Amino acid sequence: MSGSKAFVEGLKRENVDIMFGVTGGALLPICDELWGSDLRFVMARHEQGAAHMADGYARALGKVGVCLATSGPGATNLVTGIATANIDSAPVVAFTGQVPLSVVGTDAFQEVDIIGITASATKYNIQVRSPSEIPPAIKSAFHIAFTGRQGAVLVDLPKDCQINVEDIEFPDEVSFRGYNVNMTPDTREMDWAATLLSKARRPVIMAGGGVISSNASPEVIKIADMLMAPVVTSLMGKGSVPSDHPLFAGLCGMHGTGEANMLVSDADVLLVVGARFSDRTTARLEDFSRGAKVIHIDIDRSEVDKNVETVTRVIGDAKLALQGIIERLGKLSYEPRANGDWVKKMKMFKDQYSPHELSDNPHIRAPAVMRALRKALPRDALVTTEVGQCQMWAALYFDAYAPRTFFTSGGLGTMGWGFPAAIGAKAARPDVPVVDIAGDGSFGMTENSLATAVEEDLPVIVVVLNNRMLGMVAQWQRLFYGRRYMAVKLGEYPDFVKLADAYGAVGVRPETIGEFEKAVQTAIDDNLTTVIDVPIDPEENVFPMVPPGKGLRDILVEA
Amino acid sequence: MLPLNTIAFLVENKAGVLFKVSNMFRRRGFNIESISVGAVEDPQVARMTVSVYADSRELNQIVLQLEKMVDVIKVKRLDPMRSIMREMVLIKLDTVDPMAREETLKHVNAYHGLILHIDPESIIAEITGEPKTIDEFISKTRPIGIEELSRTGVTALEKGYLKL
Repeated sequence: MSGSKAFVEGLKRENVDIMFGVTGGALLPICDELWGSDLRFVMARHEQGAAHMADGYARALGKVGVCLATSGPGATNLVTGIATANIDSAPVVAFTGQVPLSVVGTDAFQEVDIIGITASATKYNIQVRSPSEIPPAIKSAFHIAFTGRQGAVLVDLPKDCQINVEDIEFPDEVSFRGYNVNMTPDTREMDWAATLLSKARRPVIMAGGGVISSNASPEVIKIADMLMAPVVTSLMGKGSVPSDHPLFAGLCGMHGTGEANMLVSDADVLLVVGARFSDRTTARLEDFSRGAKVIHIDIDRSEVDKNVETVTRVIGDAKLALQGIIERLGKLSYEPRANGDWVKKMKMFKDQYSPHELSDNPHIRAPAVMRALRKALPRDALVTTEVGQCQMWAALYFDAYAPRTFFTSGGLGTMGWGFPAAIGAKAARPDVPVVDIAGDGSFGMTENSLATAVEEDLPVIVVVLNNRMLGMVAQWQRLFYGRRYMAVKLGEYPDFVKLADAYGAVGVRPETIGEFEKAVQTAIDDNLTTVIDVPIDPEENVFPMVPPGKGLRDILVEA
Repeated sequence: MLPLNTIAFLVENKAGVLFKVSNMFRRRGFNIESISVGAVEDPQVARMTVSVYADSRELNQIVLQLEKMVDVIKVKRLDPMRSIMREMVLIKLDTVDPMAREETLKHVNAYHGLILHIDPESIIAEITGEPKTIDEFISKTRPIGIEELSRTGVTALEKGYLKL
């Protein structure tokens, strides 16, 4: 069997039915094998888009997403997408073509050392050295990407390994001496955590992306109810607890809500589930939750005590850990009602820090757009975001009601991620509307994915909060650099309505919130790729905000 | 100054693993003082010994980040009291002057070293010992005139029943 035949067969054995990619010279043998197979190949127009599509697909379904690129520039173009998926722990397997082994190392045409380049941007990477290594490489890639702390794996496929014929076996499983994922938490660790929680008077739960990847939302809600503990989320944890849950206090961090940041600062026990204390979540580390005993549940042991010192930790699958703690809490005597004052305090913070909204401004306000969008969409609609002001407005003002409905590039902060990721999410969930909440700067970075959305019939809605600015950088320049707007003004072009039209998509420019709602409704009803270009005030800031170098308590609700 | 620590670990003995390990140190900002690598009794496995300046928190992170790597099988930080640590240096000294030659032989003897090669202009000697012994030897022979030297980096085993 040829290597490329083994490749296609190997993917089928991993239940792959779709991949996102851009082909090229070093992929010709594989493409020829895909011809006539029932694997769907979604053609991206740029490899970065292909990787983001696979990422969006993976996050929406909780299944490995697959992307494919040719050697050299095809491979390097994938890198941003791979790094984005990996740092957000999204299971993505990337395949790259490579020049034949006989010329590897000679700086051949379209040769690049993608193994070296992606070594620190992947969970693991492998270069195949013969056709018979292809099936075990695929098996390993899917196993490593999907187990433990999920992440991105790259497999590099030299062209001769695709062409050559060898006796090929397909292993049912692979094992690594150095990679054993222990999902089951230690019982003593869970005892400790339960005891600490039972004694807490001001408990707070912080839910991170790990809650979503381990499908632990019901357990987080259950433990919050048992303890009467407010729940805050990291950016990656958004959606893990419904925004309308009475104990939900919103996002914590640099652009967190006032109540979330104050609760975390005042807590006596902080239960952190599947979050990694990114600097954007903790703000000034020395001030972070100083009075609290921190309990950290994580599948990745190296995250514990990396940034924040913990009192106790539970290493393992978040769902299993929470189930164990819930069971133990049930047997302990404790008085959650005593936490009633604490919940009252949460409500007080909520009133105190409710964001100010300017009513006399003639412009459409971004928070209002977020609320109108929420109103127009069904509860199970999927939303991706770009990065910058649009992302923070979405995080703060767009309510998410369920896990795997809100997706964002949290770790890498990749502008241009949201739109292709939305296309991938649409491929995963064609049954629900998918919306990318974008800014004009971000959308410009991957707008060529419009061709894929239209040609591949993966209709998504792009809401462009258009301030003709790289808005977040402009906000910092406005607040901390004396309004010296350097390299942030994007000018008058492109005209996004015409751009949409050029790609065969629908473009609209609403002038009021009413027109915006109508545009969203039409886009959902017609199920067509639609760019909704919403002009907003270039001077509008995202608040609340913790200024750089300050602690969570130093939150500003206005300039 | 941060203390010098020694970490020993087993890895898959295959192409690219040394790169991935050293790349992890670089990317996380840990500075390798020395590294030595070689296959063990099982040819599929190689043992690496790294010495690194780090405080206890960093050291903990290094161990955890190594353990997380797919190609790393087992990691241990070595307690210097319970381990034997050795390093070797090959050193070529300028011995044109007969006095220098005499000095060289004296020092090599004092450090229980070996003379590996003698020619009219120079002597190559081998010294084995703990890293600080090697440091000492180098500083004592510096006045003689060092043509060149090459150190292997530390390698280590734990004493008694302790093993990696």
